[in-house]
Amino acid sequence: MEAARPQREPALDADYDVEAVRAQFPALQQEVYDEQPLVYLDNAATTQKPQAVVDRLERYYTRENANVHRGVHVLSQQASSAYEAVRERVADFIGAPEPDRGPAHAQIVYTRGTTEAINLVAATWGRSELEAGDEVLLSRMEHHSNIVPWQRICEETGAELKVIPVTDRGELDVEALEALLSERTELVAVTHVSNTLGTINPVERITEKAHAAGAKVLVDGAQSVPHMEIDVAELGVDFFCFSGHKMYGPTGIGALYGRRKLLDAMPPYQGGGDMIDEVSFGGTTYAEVPHKFEAGTPSIADVIALGAAAAWLDDMGRERVHEHERALLRYATERAREIDDIRLIGTAREKASVLSFLLGDVHPYDAGTVLDRLGIAVRTGHHCTQPLMERLEIPGTVRASLACYNTREDIDRLAEGLEKVRTMFG
Amino acid sequence: METQSATIDARADELVAEFGLFDGWMGRYEHLIDLGREIPQIADAHKDDAHRIEGCQSKVWVRAEPGEGGRLRFTGDSNAAITRGLAALLIRVLDDQPPADVAAADLGFLGEIGMEEHLSPTRKNGLHAMVEQIKGRARRAA
Repeated sequence: MEAARPQREPALDADYDVEAVRAQFPALQQEVYDEQPLVYLDNAATTQKPQAVVDRLERYYTRENANVHRGVHVLSQQASSAYEAVRERVADFIGAPEPDRGPAHAQIVYTRGTTEAINLVAATWGRSELEAGDEVLLSRMEHHSNIVPWQRICEETGAELKVIPVTDRGELDVEALEALLSERTELVAVTHVSNTLGTINPVERITEKAHAAGAKVLVDGAQSVPHMEIDVAELGVDFFCFSGHKMYGPTGIGALYGRRKLLDAMPPYQGGGDMIDEVSFGGTTYAEVPHKFEAGTPSIADVIALGAAAAWLDDMGRERVHEHERALLRYATERAREIDDIRLIGTAREKASVLSFLLGDVHPYDAGTVLDRLGIAVRTGHHCTQPLMERLEIPGTVRASLACYNTREDIDRLAEGLEKVRTMFG
Repeated sequence: METQSATIDARADELVAEFGLFDGWMGRYEHLIDLGREIPQIADAHKDDAHRIEGCQSKVWVRAEPGEGGRLRFTGDSNAAITRGLAALLIRVLDDQPPADVAAADLGFLGEIGMEEHLSPTRKNGLHAMVEQIKGRARRAA
């Protein structure tokens, strides 16, 4: 508890009309339980969808539905164009650089999400490049989706997993990473922003060190893409993955960016239609990237709506959105520090959009259940980062995670809710 | 229900009456938390994987021991207060009853006391798993 109320940071951007933003999200207009207006603070799990994205899905299914890349008919041609146009938008959205050969957007592979993107790299690049004696470095703060695929491929290939430690305040220990890097290191796989702590990792620096050691770098961008400008060329990464549903788009769609040279050398992922050049029982030749990684009919509607989500964010002005979120995180952190017995989990110097905490001895599940009854949606538990929880010696946290439509009132309701939790379990 | 034990029914009715004294969810939850404080405590030595209920965000353990006349005696605990309360509810209704009655017990009272949202198998509080485990144990003992 602080003796005096700390000096407030500058107020939220007065020009940012958060009510007008909220009005675009139908799901935010509802009440839950006993007429409690919904406070949605589980955005790191998934964001709500603006009407523009919902409309785009509806328009596709009501007027444009056709399979892509096959039909000579007009609907199929239009669907194919829309589907491929999103690839260009996504490439632009994350700053994919022009490769030596082909366009920038050929380096964008559609996946079901970040998890599938990582699994794709592990199953193709990992299986063909890793061998006994090689090492894969992961951080202690990775989401299980950036741990388990590597564990599996290491078991299969005989490569070894090494863990980059995390400091007490929840920052990646870059010096330890440097010490772990060697000529045996084939890959460094790290998250850009921790889903549990909000820590922003210094990806540029990591990439520089990893490349100097001859290793490739994969970045899990699931939690960074919604909250900051992404320029994969500037970051210098070799692979970058993200999910549509955490950036106001549909579930079931995400993307992998990979350097063209790497993608070209990688074997295909799944076999099927659309990923082939020619098939015969004598042997099959594969399509060029990115299609060799996209077997079967893809999530066409979701791809197109992902494009709508990216367009929506660009129309909003990504920098304005991010500034709003940064100011709101500062406000939330200040409000939280005023609550007795609260322990913030993750106090990195660079953070995005996540406030994780424990309240005295109250189990996160209890806190989350009471907050839920008050209409406040937060996440509780280990957030699919059990090795990190073990490192911090806690069973889990309560996590409030912010998005473009959250308000100071949301944070005030959370703070009031936490006071109730304290009363009930104190 | 003809298979329902009169005792289990009576205990459930008693709980419904108790929870009926509270108007809002908060009072009911506070009562649930209080009931959790009175749970027949499982010995620390038994807080192991063998007695752990899977599928909960919190840790919860339930143990069944044979008592007099083949009836089962239950003890339990959880490191979350609400989950401990839910375990206590089940134990209060099902403890020291003929295994066949426990196995056949209708636990509709949980809905009547406003805890219906905890009953879904997808809720991570383990109530559903606790019920399955207790009934499974009772079926084997019956």
